[in-house]
Amino acid sequence: MTLLSKTAVMLLVLATAACTNPDRFGGGAGGAGGADSAGLNGGVAGSASDPSSPLFFNQTIGDRVLFAVDTSTITPEGRTILDGQAQWLMTNADYRAVVEGHADEQGTREYNLALGQRRANAVREYLVSRGVPASRLQVTSYGKERPIQVCSNESCYAQNRRAVTVLSFSAITS
Amino acid sequence: MMKRLLTLLVALLLAGPVLAQSGPLRLTITDGVIEPITFAVPSFEAESPAAQQAASDISRLVVQDLAGTGLFREVPSTAFISQVSSFAQPVAFPDWRAINAQALIVGAVTVSGEQLVVKFRLYDVFSGQELGQGLQFAGTVAGWRRMGHKVADAVYSRITGEGGYFDSRVVFVSESGPKDNRQKRLAIMDFDGANVQFLTDSSSIVLAPRFSPNGDRVLYTSFESGFPRINVLNVANVGRQQLQTAAGEMAFSPRFSRDGRQVIYSLSNGGNTDIYRTDLASGQHLRLTQTPSIETAPSLSPDGSQIVFESDRSGTQQLYVMSANGGEARRISFGDGRYGSPVWSPRGDLVAFTKQNAGRFHIGVMRVDGSEERLLTSSFLDEGPSWSPNGRVIMFTRETQGAGGTSSLYSVDISGRNLKAVPLQGGASDPSWGPLQP
Repeated sequence: MTLLSKTAVMLLVLATAACTNPDRFGGGAGGAGGADSAGLNGGVAGSASDPSSPLFFNQTIGDRVLFAVDTSTITPEGRTILDGQAQWLMTNADYRAVVEGHADEQGTREYNLALGQRRANAVREYLVSRGVPASRLQVTSYGKERPIQVCSNESCYAQNRRAVTVLSFSAITS
Repeated sequence: MMKRLLTLLVALLLAGPVLAQSGPLRLTITDGVIEPITFAVPSFEAESPAAQQAASDISRLVVQDLAGTGLFREVPSTAFISQVSSFAQPVAFPDWRAINAQALIVGAVTVSGEQLVVKFRLYDVFSGQELGQGLQFAGTVAGWRRMGHKVADAVYSRITGEGGYFDSRVVFVSESGPKDNRQKRLAIMDFDGANVQFLTDSSSIVLAPRFSPNGDRVLYTSFESGFPRINVLNVANVGRQQLQTAAGEMAFSPRFSRDGRQVIYSLSNGGNTDIYRTDLASGQHLRLTQTPSIETAPSLSPDGSQIVFESDRSGTQQLYVMSANGGEARRISFGDGRYGSPVWSPRGDLVAFTKQNAGRFHIGVMRVDGSEERLLTSSFLDEGPSWSPNGRVIMFTRETQGAGGTSSLYSVDISGRNLKAVPLQGGASDPSWGPLQP
């Protein structure tokens, strides 16, 4: 993959991220400005089958793991996903990641921020234990501020109690 | 004759058990059942034609403030026997006794150019005495609401013996947009929801603003960088800068010390959240908790000697009190469920908190030793209490459930009475009630 197409992929990742979470890259990330360039999608979308593409990471491996109520323990299903993430990150050494922790709405704002951090950190520690350099992983938490499902029952809550590994391209963020 | 009879009838209907009041006009606010003090506010005299509108608006606002507390009940002007056409005119006490107005507030407003002066007198109708002395406040025509609030604060204070809370502001998070992409920006309003102004835009998530003790600055958590950080905002010029905290991955849940010189907050590192203190002048940091559990939502006692906070060190969120310098903490919450976001009352006697139990959220208060817990509210999601300047009222966030769920600000007396929504356009959360304005 050329640098150009990698950048294009990165912009697509940013565009996807921007849809669900406008704060994800804050104001500082260089690529965020191009997030609206819809024209980039065309040739890149098919690369979910390309094992070195971020889409493969996000969709085929899975970019997120889920948690039980008020816990930060990685489940067996979560371990399988994180094993895949670790392997991908070690193969694609140009990428870094921010692990974002989230909580469902059943909790106070401050506690959920701390709980999300705990979840994100559990993922980071697992990835590091599988060989990913800690220097390539950052953690943050959105608490209950960015649910992906909006209903107020367990079917939605289960999806919202998550830690999402959000890729970024080293050349952009460092 | 018919009119007299009607008036008498109205008076009897209004009267209730206070008809036979004797002794000075005084309402002692207790947790017991309160019979509201009845009061009458004849429209304030306009001392110049230009003051007509302001006089009418201010007298209505005084009524709204006092009646809004639930501690006072207006005697409507339709019941009046006497009219007060002049501020200087002697009060016909029998006419006000007849309609059972225990308190009478007369006032006058002068406007010259942009300047507005309001003066008022408060009478104890049944003893036929003036309560306190006539008082006047000067401000601007545009700031007429503040003048009305000041009159109401003075009346409240004279009758209850406690400070008021009407001439105060609240900083909060204004919300818009769907639940999974909610836009949040800091805003400030009068305590009653009037005069909303925005302090930030919604380009990044902002959370939990906290007023400084004198209201000049606001601390809040911002996701501008993608990582929660604490900002300090100057209310007057809306300038803001990041607080230089101790090193950590996330900093949030800040509060000022009572002298405004220090900030206590939470810092997260490696999945562990602890409480820290930073001195604004020296930039020195002190770590106050050392446990591997989540310690957050710190709030200082009014004398600055102690901190109440929440921790899940026991396995679930509970409330603890420790010295302001850290060290051993004692747990104060022992009821069913989980307790969070504690706030020490400005009077020092109570801690307000959020309680989560059996699928419901509550705002409650307990004594600082954890005794006498009382839940004041119950809903799908109530959280984040903030005290009125006099420690009598709590404002908080109430969120409705489901895909269309929205947040609103509510207030409730610490007696549990007088629960009501703050009238605002759009969603709102995380209120922080500022001080009485000078």
